[in-house]
Amino acid sequence: MKKIFLIFVSLICSVWVFGQDKGNVLIKNGTVLTVTKGTLTETDVLVKDGKIAQIGKNIGAPQGVKVIDASGLFVMPGIIDAHSHIALDAINEATSPVTAEVNEGDVINPLQIGIYRALGGGVTAVHAMHGSANAIGGQCETLKLRYGTFDQDAMKMDGAPRTIKFALGENPTRVHGGGNNIVPRTRMGVEFVIRQAFSQAKKYSEDWDTYNKNKLVKGFRGAPPVYNLRLETLADILKGNIIVHCHSYRADEIFMLLKVCKDFGIKRLVFQHVNEGFKVAPELAAYGAMASVFSDWWAYKFEVYYSTSYNAAILTKNGVTTSINSDDAQMMRHLYNEAAKTQKYGSLSDEEALALITINPAKQLGIDARTGSLETGKDADIAIFKNHPLSIYGVPQYTIVDGIVRFDRTNDPADMRLMVDPKQNLDEVSLQDKNIDHCMDGTEFLFGDLFGTDKK
Amino acid sequence: MIFLELIKNNFMKNFQLISGFLTALLCGLVFHIDAQNQKGKYGTFALTNATIETITKGTITNGTVIISNGKIVSVGTSVAIPQGAEVIDCKGQFVYPGMIDGATNVGLSEIGSDPRTIDFNELGDLVPQMKALTAVNPNAVAIPITRISGVTTTLSSPSGGLFPGTAALINLHGYTPDQMFAGFEGVVLNFPSGGRRGFFDRRTDEEIKKATESAQKNLNEIWERAVQYNKVDSATGGKNPGYYPEMQALLPVVRGERVLLIEANAAKDITAALKWVKERRVAKVVLTGVAEGWRMADQIAKAKIPVIVGGVLELPSRESDRYDQAYANAGMMRKAGVKVAIGSGETSNQNFRNLPYHAGFAVAYGMDKTEALKAITIVPAEIFGVADKLGSIEEGKSANLFVCDGDPFENKTQIKQVFIEGWQMPMNSRQTLLYDEFLKREPGVSKK
Repeated sequence: MKKIFLIFVSLICSVWVFGQDKGNVLIKNGTVLTVTKGTLTETDVLVKDGKIAQIGKNIGAPQGVKVIDASGLFVMPGIIDAHSHIALDAINEATSPVTAEVNEGDVINPLQIGIYRALGGGVTAVHAMHGSANAIGGQCETLKLRYGTFDQDAMKMDGAPRTIKFALGENPTRVHGGGNNIVPRTRMGVEFVIRQAFSQAKKYSEDWDTYNKNKLVKGFRGAPPVYNLRLETLADILKGNIIVHCHSYRADEIFMLLKVCKDFGIKRLVFQHVNEGFKVAPELAAYGAMASVFSDWWAYKFEVYYSTSYNAAILTKNGVTTSINSDDAQMMRHLYNEAAKTQKYGSLSDEEALALITINPAKQLGIDARTGSLETGKDADIAIFKNHPLSIYGVPQYTIVDGIVRFDRTNDPADMRLMVDPKQNLDEVSLQDKNIDHCMDGTEFLFGDLFGTDKK
Repeated sequence: MIFLELIKNNFMKNFQLISGFLTALLCGLVFHIDAQNQKGKYGTFALTNATIETITKGTITNGTVIISNGKIVSVGTSVAIPQGAEVIDCKGQFVYPGMIDGATNVGLSEIGSDPRTIDFNELGDLVPQMKALTAVNPNAVAIPITRISGVTTTLSSPSGGLFPGTAALINLHGYTPDQMFAGFEGVVLNFPSGGRRGFFDRRTDEEIKKATESAQKNLNEIWERAVQYNKVDSATGGKNPGYYPEMQALLPVVRGERVLLIEANAAKDITAALKWVKERRVAKVVLTGVAEGWRMADQIAKAKIPVIVGGVLELPSRESDRYDQAYANAGMMRKAGVKVAIGSGETSNQNFRNLPYHAGFAVAYGMDKTEALKAITIVPAEIFGVADKLGSIEEGKSANLFVCDGDPFENKTQIKQVFIEGWQMPMNSRQTLLYDEFLKREPGVSKK
């Protein structure tokens, strides 16, 4: 019994260590797509302790370091998905139009098979987001896909800036105005909810400042303001400590939030989906706001009816830092193909197209000093492809996170589940949740069969 | 006088201004209308100097395709160009037959979340008499968006209940459903699913088993009624007592005159469907969806039933499956000898324009490239019984084709020309018009 216990403990420990681990590897003789520093042919990439130590020709393998022969293969930075809901056990706290106090970092599920499937598409980091039910939703978490760990904290990318989800338009108005019968029911209401929340946070922040100043005064006997995590978080947005990632579609609502942010001095702003971003591209560029878009999704609801698959190209050519995201466990496995569509719709160059899924999402998450390109000193998050990643025939062969090979197409077994429920029916088939709006997970009870969950 | 003179002068000036403005406005308006509603062009066309991928008869380099009266009238390297033909030099370009997507609801859905624009799911479990062709909207915004990507023909299918209706094959050009109809209709059957529908399905195994048995029993009863209806109908020479539109719609299927499109995805449902078809000797059957077809590939091949894969860019159906199983599905079935067409199945975002990328992914994950090309051209044409008109570049076929500057599976490739039944399509859609308008928006940030 004791022995079993010891094995169990050592297993847990080894898994934990694996999660935190940083690897060494030498990638030999590949075509290196650095994204920021051009394309280098027949070049080696040496990784030490999870970091890119050297990029160059004919690098000798240090003793004991795993060597990957990348002859004829393409080596690119690991793909970053700036909008994802994988590895999470809860998406929406749809109980109030403002829920800045909740945090996706509390509900990370490192066991989801979707993490491995994403690695199979060359993805190394994701922005695990709260849903879009609330005008001001919960805080999000930037994860590295360290599949294999059982430790939810080991999935977090330490040092990544804090981010929060906002949402405009149909989703918050449907959930709260429609479902809960409270403001906002309209886009006017959404603006009001956000302005009101920021105003309250400003007051809260000022109250604390006053208190903190006064308590230094000898003989001061006043009570501190009541601690409020929601307002605390909102105040951190006003102070520039949290990047706002706002679900949005229509040009008018995008413009509205630009004005609100300007009034409250908020500069770190990324619009998500932003299907009509192309209509206000000059304004986005002038403000320095960024955009994370779908390549071509449209028609699933009214506010995306007037979309164009040229959105990413228009935004890019107008100087907006743009990324292409998935918001979808299926699509995130071929973001390289989604990025390639900008070569059909707008003729972006290879480098511009690759930036949409590497350095640009890194900028939007505030992690571009560490990821998003192949440069010495950066984290060794790398995807290795057979055929060019922007070709339809591009197939990821290895995906490396912090120097550890987490996906190996040739050598991984077919069944990569980390935890198997012995009672699970092997015939269990999960046929497509593709018609479900993941941003609205957890709000189905408000709408009946609108989400297709009641469909036959 | 001076005052009047002033007014007169002003008037003249203003008149010039106003008339100038009006002319400009009119020009703008005309141009605007033109841009929004460019028409197709009919006539005789010669596509010269092209690499022609005929699909059925190999590749012709430096060849010519002559289009006239809606048909491909000649194909080859030494083809005479008829007088008056519009010559389109396709040097460095390729001619392919129009792609056919067998997994769509084009024209039946405009905006996914708005039920007022949804016409694919009539109420009732037994409504095969609901005809997709009736409700296909020839002006759906998705139509130009789809066709300028080279997808010229789609199967528009109802969905929902057990027998949700009759699907129709349409060409993506025309002003009435009759003009669009491409010569095939098939009755849709969603085969009763015997499995758990996913993690959200909280039924016990026993409940699922019971529900499946009951659904199968229901299906069998309906089929039995249709068989009886056929007997009565045949015996009375078509003078059936009473009005039974649903039985009337099933009649051609029972008689083996019309295809039954059976949607089945889970392995056990595919097995059950194959058994059901065999027992009832249903003559014309196509399996659709077939997400787990690879598990049953040998049985499907043995039954000689063709399939339309309902999307390659899909997740694996089971957590224990290999991560790329859905990508590999079509190729694995083809290798086992199944006749495989690839559909996009991208109904919720109306992205049927992605059909070549579904085929491309099938190739990247193991399918032979020639087979993948066939799977979106000649194979669906054969499955729908319209291979005499569609699916390849051959003399006498409908001129459904496109011209592009590279491998049509590659994203970089631009589609240069699209012809549908001999009509040269305007190469724009609402999405390209938005690009034209907003790439360099005027005014920019400042209105001055």
